[in-house]
Amino acid sequence: MEQAQLEAPPDVTHHDVHQVVELIIDNVNQLKDTQGLKAPAQLDSATTLFGGDGFLDSMALVTLVVAVEQAIEEKFGTNVSLADPGAMSQEHSPYRTIGALADYALQRLRAG
Amino acid sequence: MDAPVTLITGTRIGIGRHLAEHYLRLGHRVVGCSRAPVDWTREGYKHCGTDVADEKGVKAMFSEIRRSYGRLDHLINNAGIASMNHSLLTPTSTVSAILATNVVGTFLLSREAAKLMKRKGYGRIVNFSSVAVPLKLAGEAAYVASKSAVVALTHVLARELAEFGITVNCVGPGPLATNLIRSVPKQTIDRLLAQQAIPRMGTFDDIANTVDFFLRPESGFVTGQTIYLGGV
Repeated sequence: MEQAQLEAPPDVTHHDVHQVVELIIDNVNQLKDTQGLKAPAQLDSATTLFGGDGFLDSMALVTLVVAVEQAIEEKFGTNVSLADPGAMSQEHSPYRTIGALADYALQRLRAG
Repeated sequence: MDAPVTLITGTRIGIGRHLAEHYLRLGHRVVGCSRAPVDWTREGYKHCGTDVADEKGVKAMFSEIRRSYGRLDHLINNAGIASMNHSLLTPTSTVSAILATNVVGTFLLSREAAKLMKRKGYGRIVNFSSVAVPLKLAGEAAYVASKSAVVALTHVLARELAEFGITVNCVGPGPLATNLIRSVPKQTIDRLLAQQAIPRMGTFDDIANTVDFFLRPESGFVTGQTIYLGGV
């Protein structure tokens, strides 16, 4: 089991991708402030995170993904694992862009 | 004298296929296996569609070997899978799959092979570890743990099977141009190679040469050993 339910699963179907995108952007901004992460000034769902012209190296990616997991648990009350076997693959990673990560997080939330 | 019977796991591609062709050229009767079907065939080669972690399938394959040849001289536990990923981003399903193929598979095949080899009081088992173990390669936690377990299995099986005339040894290759490292970035490979005494990629022949040594009848006093290639 990759996911542990902490409490009754929230009805996440009402939370659209936009909310999770905002949550990810908040976490990127926090990492900018606390860890000196160099990220573009404008962030949106199309911003590349990892691979290609992405601004995260592999360690920064790990830090962001774990921070997003924790933020999702705080916001939705569900402990999701965003670990993925394709994490380091630049072609198939669910962490390519902010939008891709948001889609992946929602998918895991809905699988609850 | 009958040609020796050599079982090699993971013969569909890469090192396993190369070893199968190598031992066929040397006159062995070779049995190979893989989960997916093979797209090649040679005279003297028999293929089984067996997953090394599936006990029922493995036992059926050994029944077939016993029926067809009545003996097994060599087992080469080559089948293996890897996953390049930071531990914090690795799902437990990936860890389980790696342990199943690399550790459970090696254990199962060795156990069943030893039962057959014991009848003749002779056998050679060669396992596959990796230089990733002594190099403590970051980004490969599950793979390194599995290949460390293979070294540990080699040590213990060598002691348990010695009285049956069976040696158990292990080869630890460095990076080779195979599918296993297809997705590993070039920088990572270069850093790895820089830690070897001989900083080049390994070749299939480097591995075949090491396995040849372990399989030789004259190597009967060599057991429980792991040879890491490239000078790691």
